[in-house]
Amino acid sequence: MTDRNVPLVQARGIVKRYGHVTAIDHSDFELRHGEILAVIGDNGAGKSSIVKAICGAIQPDEGEILIEGKPVRFSSPIEAREMGIEIVYQTLALSPALSIADNMFTGREIRKPGILGKWFRMLDKPAMERFAREKLNELGLMTVQSIKQPVETLSGGQRQGVAVARAAAFATKFIIMDEPTAALGVKESRRVLELIKEVRARGIAIILISHNMPHVFEVADRIHIHRLGRRLCTIDPRDYTMSDAVAFMTGAKVPEEAAATV
Amino acid sequence: MTNAGGSAPGGQDFEQVLDHSDARVAQFQRRRTALDRVQHLLHNNPTLVAVFVLLLSLVAFGIVAGERFFSAFNLSLILQQVSIIGMLAAAQSLIIITAGIDLSVAAIMVLMSVIMGNLAVNMGVPTPLAILVGFAGGAAAGAMNGLLITKVKLPPFITTLGTWSIFFALNLWLSGAQSIRSQDIDANAPLLKFFGRSVNVAGAQITYGVVLMIALFVLLWYMLNYTAWGRHVYAIGDDKEAAEMAGIRTDRTLVSVYALAGLVCAIAGWASIGRVGSISPQSFYEGNLQSITAVVIGGISLFGGRGSILGALFGALIVGVFQSGLRIAGVDVLWQVFAIGWLIIIAVAIDQWIRRVSA
Ligand SMILES: Nc1ncnc2c1ncn2[C@@H]1O[C@H](COP(=O)(O)OP(=O)(O)OP(=O)(O)O)[C@@H](O)[C@H]1O
Ligand SMILES: [Mg+2]
Repeated sequence: MTDRNVPLVQARGIVKRYGHVTAIDHSDFELRHGEILAVIGDNGAGKSSIVKAICGAIQPDEGEILIEGKPVRFSSPIEAREMGIEIVYQTLALSPALSIADNMFTGREIRKPGILGKWFRMLDKPAMERFAREKLNELGLMTVQSIKQPVETLSGGQRQGVAVARAAAFATKFIIMDEPTAALGVKESRRVLELIKEVRARGIAIILISHNMPHVFEVADRIHIHRLGRRLCTIDPRDYTMSDAVAFMTGAKVPEEAAATV
Repeated sequence: MTNAGGSAPGGQDFEQVLDHSDARVAQFQRRRTALDRVQHLLHNNPTLVAVFVLLLSLVAFGIVAGERFFSAFNLSLILQQVSIIGMLAAAQSLIIITAGIDLSVAAIMVLMSVIMGNLAVNMGVPTPLAILVGFAGGAAAGAMNGLLITKVKLPPFITTLGTWSIFFALNLWLSGAQSIRSQDIDANAPLLKFFGRSVNVAGAQITYGVVLMIALFVLLWYMLNYTAWGRHVYAIGDDKEAAEMAGIRTDRTLVSVYALAGLVCAIAGWASIGRVGSISPQSFYEGNLQSITAVVIGGISLFGGRGSILGALFGALIVGVFQSGLRIAGVDVLWQVFAIGWLIIIAVAIDQWIRRVSA
């Protein structure tokens, strides 16, 4: 049993530079068990960068990252994934010409049982298609013609649905979602928000990056405000208004000392 | 998700109407013209163009050139003539599906046939061992291309342009620019000519080389479509960055693709000895471009991630059919070259059109 008082993710003093640009500037980060942590901040504040550092998509130049209290140093997101950490990238990371089912299982394909799988390494396409269809139905996000259709024939929102379904289907520890509702309509956004809450109900934590304040204030347990490459403060959405949050993240208002310790 | 609408207590005001909204989602009922349908069909199966052109050209030359073209013997001759370029095209397809290109395939093939010949004929090494050394050399040469491309991060075009020269120079050095004569191969290492042997089926001369080519295509097609490795190869060609983020070890896969292509080239090198009869360091000088021609005519996109390797087989056959048909019809050889040129341009134009398909 893991100690639920130890944060799920704890990062200290993370730095990432791209030449002269400092994308992350000595930033801290904390995700607790079973919570939805929203991350907000201006464009270019470094939100995507810090979550990428946590999941191994980029390697920070300085700082340390602890997962359930143990230091980790992922050299690629594959290693994070093996620990049960899933990411929905802002760019989705789908292969357009491949089918929905192929995309759901990229890098973790199921092989046929017996000799066909063992010696001929044959994929169990029916099993993967069944699973993919099940997950998409669960998400209720879309009706697609066929699970075999290439992702490039889907609308932007449907593609986002595939990426979210993939993460939700495989995560066991936490999911990072980088603007998962950015391309979605009102109805589809609502479903993703419901899905996020459902995932939390299964005990899986979520890091949600979003520019949509109503969404953030609706689902978040805590809000991490990122400004100029670092964590400015973390607030409880019940104690602050959306205007406060926007004021903090744009620098119009400075949070009091106490807020930073929520 | 059990809850289809937005009845969640946390929902926002404007979302309350969702409860009454139409529960149907994205229907696909756009009106489509016939041309749209063709475009979609080809988008899903780009190989169909090649199959269609192949059948059409068979019928056309059957009418124009008659019996002499359409005989079992002539058709099997076409198969023999395309067998070596066909195997190179199989190797080339693997690379082009990853959105790369390999200008060194023919150079690897000839170099490995020279190595096999030198070892078995001139140095008295047991022939099976000489062949295995050739296979290992082919895989190593391919892996070298792959490592330069992934680790040193050089573009495939430039890398293989360079290794083409390097392999060609090595080949001239090892062979002393001398051919190994047919009689010497027969006397010392007849196994090298194994793929030149043939069986006669109802007037058709089917060489073992032709059987090997088809077997290679079927095997690679299976690997590309029914194994995780194959799906990763397509994903990398489609969008390498996305593939990496989705959890594919792209560099490792790419090196394996180049090494496998090199191995296929070495196998083609062995088969070429049976086809040509001798081992000539100067042979197949145009093999690189001919393999690319077959791949492109076969509907495999030069932009990667799209097309079936079987298309390359059809592409090679189309070139063979055109050459044979035009020759039998008594057309000057320059018009064969002319016709192939147009085939390439038309094939690439069709690929561009297919890729513009609307979602
Ligand atoms: N690969 C890269 N090379 C160079 N600079 C980069 C790279 N990735 C990010 N940056 C820079 O780092 C900074 C932070 O970028 P990041 O993508 O993390 O911002 P963000 O908060 O996610 O913004 P957005 O809200 O627009 O998604 C930006 O100034 C950006 O230009
Ligand atoms: Mg971002």
